[in-house]
Amino acid sequence: MTEAAGQNPTAEKRTGTFTVKAGLAEMLKGGVIMDVTTPEQAVIAERAGAVAVMALERVPADIRAAGGVARMADPRVVKEIMAAVSIPVMAKVRIGHFVEAQVLEALEVDYIDESEVLTPADDQYHIDKWAFKVPFVCGARDLGEALRRIAEGAAMIRTKGEPGTGNVVEAVRHLRAMNRQIRQVVATPDADLPDLAKELRAPLELVRRVKELGRLPVVNFSAGGIATPADAALMMQLGADGIFVGSGIFKSKNPEARARAIVRATLHYNDPKVIAEVSEDIGEAMPGIDVALLTAAERMQERGY
Amino acid sequence: MVRIGVLAIQGDVREHLAHLRALGVDAVPVRSAEAVQSVDGLILPGGESTTIGMLMQEYGVDQAILSRRQAEALPMWGTCAGTILLAREVHGWSPARLGLMDIAVDRNAYGRQLASFEVAVPIPVLGEPPFPAVFIRAPRITRLGPGVRALASHDGSVVMAEADDLLVTTFHPEMTPDRRVHAYFVDMVAHRRRPRQ
Repeated sequence: MTEAAGQNPTAEKRTGTFTVKAGLAEMLKGGVIMDVTTPEQAVIAERAGAVAVMALERVPADIRAAGGVARMADPRVVKEIMAAVSIPVMAKVRIGHFVEAQVLEALEVDYIDESEVLTPADDQYHIDKWAFKVPFVCGARDLGEALRRIAEGAAMIRTKGEPGTGNVVEAVRHLRAMNRQIRQVVATPDADLPDLAKELRAPLELVRRVKELGRLPVVNFSAGGIATPADAALMMQLGADGIFVGSGIFKSKNPEARARAIVRATLHYNDPKVIAEVSEDIGEAMPGIDVALLTAAERMQERGY
Repeated sequence: MVRIGVLAIQGDVREHLAHLRALGVDAVPVRSAEAVQSVDGLILPGGESTTIGMLMQEYGVDQAILSRRQAEALPMWGTCAGTILLAREVHGWSPARLGLMDIAVDRNAYGRQLASFEVAVPIPVLGEPPFPAVFIRAPRITRLGPGVRALASHDGSVVMAEADDLLVTTFHPEMTPDRRVHAYFVDMVAHRRRPRQ
């Protein structure tokens, strides 16, 4: 989609175009985006080499523990974090809650995450993201879900994984599913693409685009359960464009050391010696949860359509 | 054939490599100090300048670039974050950088992501038509040193400039199908890769 840029260059300055929205995600490639809940944590993340931070009130592991309805963060928390760092700041809204998104746009956050980590506000519709100038990132478990979100205007995708568990198994499952379906699209003759698009419940035009590119038409990060440098490198070797770490850093024993290590393992994901080196002496990882023991209601990844 | 490296720490490395290859250049990602030795020219891509600067320093890539340039010409081009890494002076808090070009820049001077924009910019050295320029949380060049030549401006600020064997663009030519800025840099590299007199 970014390739459409510059087809009709005009002397008039245009903001909020899809090129500009997807473009910021392109700049984050190869980097780590970290969940933070205070300005102090945001500074730790920036100094460790994070390419962006996700401002929220509670990390997913705490949302899980607290129960109840999880909502957009207090605007004051978001503003304080924006003032504390020079890297882009993202923030989460509930699925379908377009007014929370309007609020975050008014605060001028750099990216909005329409996130299954929060309690969904609409059980039928995601936000119409074309209506906004601020770009959106959305979660997906497979190719069809990713393309539905892109059709709604998402300029960046992250595979969902299972947030707040410190267990990478679902992140792996979702990225593998995405890769398998992309290979399938590439191998499918043009004449059969309409049927495949129906099967994926995705717009044909976007399925054609995937075939042409051999990948998603926007950047695809990995999220949900990444807790160690080796987890991050695993997702990069499986083909993620970058990494979201939610609870993994600030629920661990030594967030600063772990944040630095995950950034370096993401850069040198193909170099086991570096991964070994950075994994040494970084303290205990966050406590993990066996995803198989979660009930359907406890699984955040099933939120969204 | 010239061999051009793209600093591959983080950011839009893939797009630069694809544009260079489409121009018939041997394009390689550069991640280490050793890799710096094998290229005739180097692109510092867009990305987060804090992250790229920090990791470039940690892995000794910055020293490798500086000592290579003392021995011989190494044309370099910085796009967006790359411009910050090449600038001699940065307003406010600055990441680790090379500081090779006599310019001052203001990071994210246009504002946050909402202010990111695209516009067609006339670039006389490239001829017609104007270049489709994409600015993403772009820096603004606030001062040009005596040896620096402005190549294009938008909204009262210089957005493309060169000095000797250094080129900077505060926008992202790698994000559009127009390869004229890449061709311009390839030309710079092809003509200056001989050792300095």
